[in-house]
Parts: sequence; C-alpha cells; structure tokens
Amino acid sequence: MISALIGLPLAGATILLLGGRRTNAWGHYLAVLMSASSFFVGVSLFSKMLGLEGEERALHQHLFDWIAVGTFNVPFALHLDQLSIAFVLLITGVGTLIHVYSIGYMEHDENRRKFFAYLNLFVAAMLLLVLANNYLLLYVGWEGVGLASYLLISFWQHKPSAAVAGKKAFVVNRVGDVGLSIAVMLMFVTFGSVTFEGVAEAATKADQQTVTWIGLALLLAACGKSAQFPLQSWLLDAMEGPTPVSALIHAATMVTAGVYLIVRAHAIFDLSETARTAVVVIGAITLLLGAYIGTAKDDIKKGLAGSTMSQIGYMILAAGLGPVGYVFAIFHLLTHGMFKAGLFLGAGSVMHGMHDDVNMRHYGALRGFMKVTYVTFGLGFLAIIGIPPFAGFWSKDEIIHAAFGQSTVIGLATLIGAGVTAFYMTRMMTMTFFGEARWEDGVHPHESSNVMTIPMIVLAFGSVFGGLLMLFVGDIEHWLEPVVGFAKPEHHVSNTTLIPITLAVVLAGASYAWFKYGRRPVPVVAPTEVSLLTRAARADAYGDALNEAVFMRPGQHLTRSLTFFDAKGIDGVVNGLAAGIGGLSARTRKTQTGYARNYAAYMLGGAALIAFILYLVRL
Amino acid sequence: MLLTNLMALPLIGAAVVFALPIGRELLAKQIALVVSLATAFGAIYLGLNMSTTDGGLQYVESYQWIPAFGINWSVGVDGISAVLIVMATILVPLVMIAGWNDVENIGQGTVKGYFSLFLVLETFMVGVFAATDLFLFYVFFEAMLIPVYFLIGRFGGPQRAYAAMKFLLYSLVGGLFMLASLIGLYVASGKELGNGTFDFTALAGLNMDPATQKILFLGFFFAFAVKAPMVPFHTWLPDAAAQATPATSTLLVGVLDKVGTFGMIRYLLPIFPDASKYYAPVIIVLAVISIFYGALLAIGQTDLLRLVAFSSVSHFGFIVMGIFVMTSQGLSGSSLYMVNHGFSTGALFIVVGFLMTRRGSKYIADFGGVNKVAPVLAGVVLLAGLSSLALPGMSSFVSEFLVLVGTFAYSKTTAVIATFGIVLAAVYILWMYQRTMTGEPSNEVKETVKEISARELAAVTPLIALIIALGFVPQVALNIINPAVEQVQQYVDVQDEPAAVEGAKA
Repeated sequence: MISALIGLPLAGATILLLGGRRTNAWGHYLAVLMSASSFFVGVSLFSKMLGLEGEERALHQHLFDWIAVGTFNVPFALHLDQLSIAFVLLITGVGTLIHVYSIGYMEHDENRRKFFAYLNLFVAAMLLLVLANNYLLLYVGWEGVGLASYLLISFWQHKPSAAVAGKKAFVVNRVGDVGLSIAVMLMFVTFGSVTFEGVAEAATKADQQTVTWIGLALLLAACGKSAQFPLQSWLLDAMEGPTPVSALIHAATMVTAGVYLIVRAHAIFDLSETARTAVVVIGAITLLLGAYIGTAKDDIKKGLAGSTMSQIGYMILAAGLGPVGYVFAIFHLLTHGMFKAGLFLGAGSVMHGMHDDVNMRHYGALRGFMKVTYVTFGLGFLAIIGIPPFAGFWSKDEIIHAAFGQSTVIGLATLIGAGVTAFYMTRMMTMTFFGEARWEDGVHPHESSNVMTIPMIVLAFGSVFGGLLMLFVGDIEHWLEPVVGFAKPEHHVSNTTLIPITLAVVLAGASYAWFKYGRRPVPVVAPTEVSLLTRAARADAYGDALNEAVFMRPGQHLTRSLTFFDAKGIDGVVNGLAAGIGGLSARTRKTQTGYARNYAAYMLGGAALIAFILYLVRL
Repeated sequence: MLLTNLMALPLIGAAVVFALPIGRELLAKQIALVVSLATAFGAIYLGLNMSTTDGGLQYVESYQWIPAFGINWSVGVDGISAVLIVMATILVPLVMIAGWNDVENIGQGTVKGYFSLFLVLETFMVGVFAATDLFLFYVFFEAMLIPVYFLIGRFGGPQRAYAAMKFLLYSLVGGLFMLASLIGLYVASGKELGNGTFDFTALAGLNMDPATQKILFLGFFFAFAVKAPMVPFHTWLPDAAAQATPATSTLLVGVLDKVGTFGMIRYLLPIFPDASKYYAPVIIVLAVISIFYGALLAIGQTDLLRLVAFSSVSHFGFIVMGIFVMTSQGLSGSSLYMVNHGFSTGALFIVVGFLMTRRGSKYIADFGGVNKVAPVLAGVVLLAGLSSLALPGMSSFVSEFLVLVGTFAYSKTTAVIATFGIVLAAVYILWMYQRTMTGEPSNEVKETVKEISARELAAVTPLIALIIALGFVPQVALNIINPAVEQVQQYVDVQDEPAAVEGAKA
C-alpha cells in the first residue's frame, strides 16, 4: 500500500517518457490522475492511521534487500509514520493542485507532455525521500528530486540562462550531498546501521564528538537542498523554471527537504548542543538574508524566492531548537507549503496576464482586472505576514515564541524577520495590485482560466484555515510527538505580551512599505541612485560574486593550468623520452656505415682503449 | 569446458568472418553479431550459475601446456572475474551494433577485418579474466594488445598511427616489468616449493619474505597502473580513446583497462599481501590524486572523447582506492564499479559516437542545441552522463558509495576528500551537456544532427536498462562478488573493523 504512493506517479512518468509523442494528447491527464490517485491513497492511509493509537500508527514495508556487503546492510524499505504522512499529504495534495494548474499554464508549450512526466517523476522521488526508512534510500529520493529540479529549472533549455541555472542548482546541491554522504558513512562506521531506527537506538551510546559531526554533515546537506546560507545562491536562479515548478518544487516541497532531514534525524540533534546551535545560527542568518534580498527585487518570482529562503530559515531555526521546535518547524513547513504555493500560482497567473513579464514595475492596479488572483494572492499575503487568524500567524508565532524561550538574540532575529517580511510582501502586493497601471504597450491583463484559478482558490482556503485546522482540530503538537518528541520552552515568554509586539512590528513593516510604494508613484525603471544596502540586496547580497571569486575563477585557473601541465608536462616527458630514444638510435645508427675501413678504425680505437685501461690498472 | 568454449567460440567466429570473400560485408557483420550474442548468453549462463557462498575458483579446467616450466592451460573464475566476463561479453555485441557502419563511414580498412578483430579481442578478454595460471594470464595480457593495436591503427582518426604506437609501447613497457617480476616470482616459488609454479592458488599460498614481495610487487603494479590507467601513467589513454572509433574505445576503456584493476585485486593482494599492505598508503594517495586530476582534466577538455577518457581516469581512481583500503565494502564496491563503469562509460562513448557520425566532429564547440533537433538522442546522452556522475538510483551510485564507505572505515580523511570528487563529476558532465545539448542549435547542427535511429537505440537501450536495474538490484552481482572478496581478504589476512558503538545492530 505504501509503495503504491510512489509507484503511481513513477508509472505516470515512465509511461509519458517512454510513450513519446503518442501520449501527447492525453499525457497531462494521466499525470494528474496518477498524482491524484497517490493523494487518495495517502488520504486512506491517513484515515486508517487516525483510527489507531499514537505508538501504533507507524507502518513498515520491507520490499527487498538493496545493498548487502559485509556488515553494511541496507534494505529497500519504506516507513510511514505521523511525520511522513504529513509530507505525503502535502506533496500529493499541493502537487495535484499544481498538476491541474499546469494544464492551463503549459497549454501552449510544445513539450507539455515532458513537463508533466518530470512533474510526476518529481512527486515519486519526493515521496521516496519522505518514505524511506533509512538514510541511504532517502539519498536516492534526495538526488531524485534534485534531478527533477534540474530538468524542470532548465525546462526551456533553448534559453542559455535556464540551462545554466539548472546546472548551477545541481552542482550546488551536490556540495550539500557531500554532507549527506559523509553523514551516512559516519553513521555506518559508528552505529553499524544507516536505518532511522538503528541510528536512533544506538545514538546515545556514541561519543559526543561523532554525534556532533554527523549533525553538522546533515546540516550541510540541508543547506544545499533548502537553499540555506552559504549554499543559497542557486534558488534565485532556479526561478528560470516555469512558475508551477517554482511553486511546487522551489517553494512548497523540495526545498523544505532539509527541514525534514533535520527533524527526521532528531535523535542526533537531541544529543548535540553544538550541532543544534549551528542549525539555529544558519537558520537565523538565512531568514534575515532572504528577507533582506526580498526587499529589493523587482522580479516578482525572485522576490518570492527570497521569501522562500527566509521562511525556510524560520523552519531550520525552529528545528535547531530541538524538541521545543521540531513540531513547529513542521507546522510552519505545512502552512508555508500552502500559502507559498498559492502565492507562486498567483504570480504565475499575473505573469500569464502580463505577457510573461515578471517585472513588478510594469504591473500596478491589477486588482480590478484579475479579481480571483487578487483575492487569493491577498489571502496568501495575509497568511505569510502573520495576521491572525490566517495560517502563517499560528505557525510563525509559535516559532518566535519558542525562539524567545531559547535566547533573546535569536528571538529578536525572528521578530525583525517578521517585520521585514511584512515590508517586502506589502511592497509586492501594492506594486502588483494597487497604485496606477504601469503596463507595457500592448499588454491587456485578464483573469486566468478556471483550470488555473480553481487550484489557487483551494490553496487560498489553506492560507485562511490551514493553521487553525492543524493547530486546533489536528492537534499537530500531539500528532507529531510520538515521532519527534515535544517539550515546552524553558524560559517561558508569555504569548499575551509577545503577540501584540509581533503584530506591532508586522504592522510597522507593512505601513512603511505602503507609505513608500502605495502612496507614492512607482518609477517604471528601477532607480539607480540607491543606497549601498539596496544595491547589495539587488545583487543577492553578493552571494554569486563570492562564489565566483572563491570557487569558480580559481577552479577555472586550476583546470586550465592542469590541462596545460598534462599536455606539456607529463605527456611532454613521455614524448620526450620517446624522442630521446629515437634520437639516440638515429645517432648510433650512423656509426654502422658498412665500410670496412670504419669498422677497422673502431676496432683500433677499442683495442687502444683497452690497452690504455690495462696500462692504468697495472699502475 | 564452458570457459574454454567461451574463448573458442569468438575465435572460430573470427576465422569464419575473416575467410568471407570481399563483397559479403553484411554477412560478415551478421555472423560476428550472432557469435558475440551467443558468447554473451554463454557468459550470462555462467554468471547465473556461480555459487553465492563459495569464494573459490569455479568452472576450473587445467591442461598441461609447457611441463618443463610447470605452465598449464588453467582457467577458472571466481565471482569477480565472472561478473567482468559477463560485462565484457555483453559489451561486444552492443559495440558491434553501435559501430555497424563504422568502416563505411571511415572509408578505410575492411568490414570483415574490423568485426573479426572484435571477435579475436573478445577471446582474449575472456581469457585474461579466466586464466588462473600466471603465465597464461601474461600471454593474454600481451596478446590483447595486438587486436587493439590494429583496431586503433587501421580504423582510427587522423593521428591513429601515433596513438596506436603510443598505446602499444606504453603497454609493452608495463608488460616488460611484469615479465621480469613474473620470472622472479617463479624463482621465488621454486625456492619455497622445490618446483617453480605459475599456478595462482599455489602462489597465493606462498610465504614469501616481505623484502622479495616488495620488489616483485612493483613490476606487477607498474604494469597494472599503466593499464588502469593511474596518474601519472595515463597519457596514452586520452590519445588512444580520441583516435579510436567509439566502439573500440568502449572496449579499450570499458574492458581492457579493467585488466589493471582486476590484476590488483586478483594477483597483487593475494600473492603479495605484505607488500600490498606496505604500499597501500602510497597507492591510495595516488588514487585520490587520480580522482581529482582526471575530473579536473575532464572539465578542461574541448574534445568529447578525451573528456570521457579523463572521466575514466577519475573513475579508476575510485576503483583503485576501494581495492587498497581492503575492506569488504571497498573491495566489493570496486569489483562492482568495474562492471558498472564498463556499462556507463560504454554508453557514453557510444552516444558520443552517434554525435560524431552526424556532425563529423568530436569537438564540444561544434555542438549546441541538440536537444531541440534530436530530443531522444539528447535524453540518451543525459542518461549516460547521469550514470557517469553516479546519480542515486543508477548502478554507479551503489558502487561509488560502497567504495567511499569502505574507504571511510579505513581512513575518514581520505574518504571525506574523495567524496568531494562527486561535485566535480557533476560539473564535467552537466557542463558538457549544457554546451552540447542546450541553447539554440546552429545551422550546421540543424542540418546534420538527426534523431537517434532504431539501430542506435538497440545499442544503448540495453546498457541504460542494465544501469538502472543494477541500481536497484545490485545484489544480483554482489551476491557472487561478496564470497570472492571474502576469499581475497583471507589471503591478505584482513578483517573489517566492527562498528564503533558496541552492540549496535546491523
């Protein structure tokens, strides 16, 4: 039953890729069907789980022995528990909605079938990632989603920028994968096992330092996949992909895999204060960095990408708080999955109406022309900035609350982040839907078709009620507790003081943006006379410049000089040796003239030499 | 008799093909293909019937050859040699299909010559893995050079004469050192046993003193390091691979080079256990250098064939590293790596060949935008590339990870450094893909690059199917490799370290 979750979308991808053009006509329907069936399987497993007691809810399916050499024994086995079912529902639920949306969005693309095949492939790989019962099988899903991400970012391969962005995402992610590899290797030599269960059981017996190293290696992996500092640079470029891809992979699901990894490996992080601190610091840096980058972007998708970095920063930070934060990291991941997917689909709908222009300076006043998009995007906006009772309020407030419980500095970082989030989201909202129309010539904005707006409406329901439902009906804290544990923060800061403060900060950020962009006309061309801070934010805080200076350019030099060294140095020696032997034999050959007088002379010379030596020896 | 028959069949086939009159080109190809397919099925039958518990030699045959020196025609296989024979014999019919029109395209040499050379080479390839008499191994080791020399020299590119001669001389020099060590080994065995012997099992049971081992080891190692090829003895490979037809390059890199790494695991470790342990740290360092050197050079290439050749230098670094860490995961991983690398590099060479025959160029700069004019061909290139960068879900991931985890148990630092090689692999493959397949196609590309044909698909599909299947069920191969690896560990007298945590369950 669990394997069907993965098998259905995998079958869809296989049929569409191998079937070729024959499946063009109905391929997208098949992909939607496969994703939806997987969702229904997930729902039925979920309802079955609801009928059981906490400890008995986990299901296990051993398929076969995957790799067995010596004591290295890795099963191909799946594990479904309260944590993974939450992901299954998010992946297949949001995934199916985005499949439906894409029917409209990709309608005129000649490679639509391939697009749907890759989407199905992504869903299958992502499900494997969250259903694997061990770290090595998780790795297969982990790079599987990376492959799907690569294929979809560079889906419009004829655009060099898209091809480069796809490659960049894969390569940067591979740096993270080095971390995952090292973690798995350390687990094997330390615990003799790489299954979640085996590692969790043996973790307490290992020495502190090893556990810390495993935690740090896992954090490196999470940084790659979840675009956390210092491996964040690929995510902004990933917006080259079609917008549904940005919504599903680069907002709602794949990029949150790092959070899943850390929460899933809680047995490791529970034991290492150092590793947890590192996680919190990375999360705090990224949540501020992403929000900061988001403030200066005119490209609506890049603005949202900066926001995604920032929101995942919140989740990573929460995961680093340990049992106090695990459940809220997942809670925020789930609410974010809904409202951020909704925001991206809204952005896609706007782009659809604006001739694929992504520059918000060319938008404005769209609220009257795209009513559904305006309302759904607006609800997502309220959710992300954390206005009660919308989804993001509940989950973000819990994180801020837990962060203050841990340390004031970390708490302040989350609080400032909330203010900046309100600023850049209000800026986006006003530049797009309010103010005066700054449209390019020939652009006639119009609402998108039903096949696109209906998924947006469904996700908007999530933005409104998702948080409330999960917190009060689903009781998410106690739902996840048997898997990840749950604790109240040590230093309790009263929510009655914190909530008004947070709301005040959020309103301050939002009003400042409204004052700056809503009350004054927005220039169609981005002003160039701006502060250094704005310039740095526009340049993604110089992340790429740093990568290029530290890795790319020295790497290119190294490659070039090694190529030269190989041809002239090593091969030069080899060829020089051959030439030397050849030259030597050519010269000695000259002595073989065939003339008797020459040979007689050599004999005379030789005899004289011997006589001379004998003479010397006798002396 | 199965092993001897597996050698006789292609040789007889070669004679028949060569005897055909000029003008029967199609028949020559068909006979060669049928014979190689029959050999492949024979080898698969052998592989399926290998014991999953016995790590010793199976299918053993022995006949007297030169009694005066105790030289026998002795053949037999363990799990490691069995999977290599299966891999080699599967590759032969596929390269024949891929290179079906090579001779016509090159416009030199004869069809029957080309195909009979492949069959002769197949005989020697089976022989070199199956020999259990060291002298017989040496004979096959050198004899393999002859068909390859002609395959490069007769059917190669513009600089074929240079490349063929370089390949031959390099290998001969290596072989010469091995011959010297071989004679030394014979003398040493004579001292201990009374009669000199070349028999593998007898030699592996010797108690040679470490000083002698250390000297004799070097001769063999040099020959194997040239063949494998390890940096700095590698420069013949890119030249040979770039001049040979992709079909020849597939067998050259996919199979012949494996004789080097196979020789290390089969002969160096069991016969010279003390010397192997003594030299292991140095060799592992050389292997790590090969991983990075090969990968960086691959990134720097402008020629597709040289790129694939240098990527193999990097892959061979992993294989050698896995062998000399001497853990079960390292040794089994390296053995499986040899098989996977044969399939995955074979697939890469073959698809590069498809590109070359279309565009008439092997230079990366002459391509671009192929995905737009030939999406299926571009897809196949991507799959072959992903296998080379060891994407999880493909067979190369399993072997690469086993090698790394086996190395980690030996030295954490070495394994961590080597793991960064996976980043470079992503760079050389995906950058190559970006430059050749994406973007807008030039007019030349639009005119010349046609979609993949049914024959071409028939050549690569089995390889890609094998790569994916072995990614999920690598145990098919590992089940017979593992006992053979245990046997090797017994010869060297090494055991795996237990997990650090006591009472940890596997």
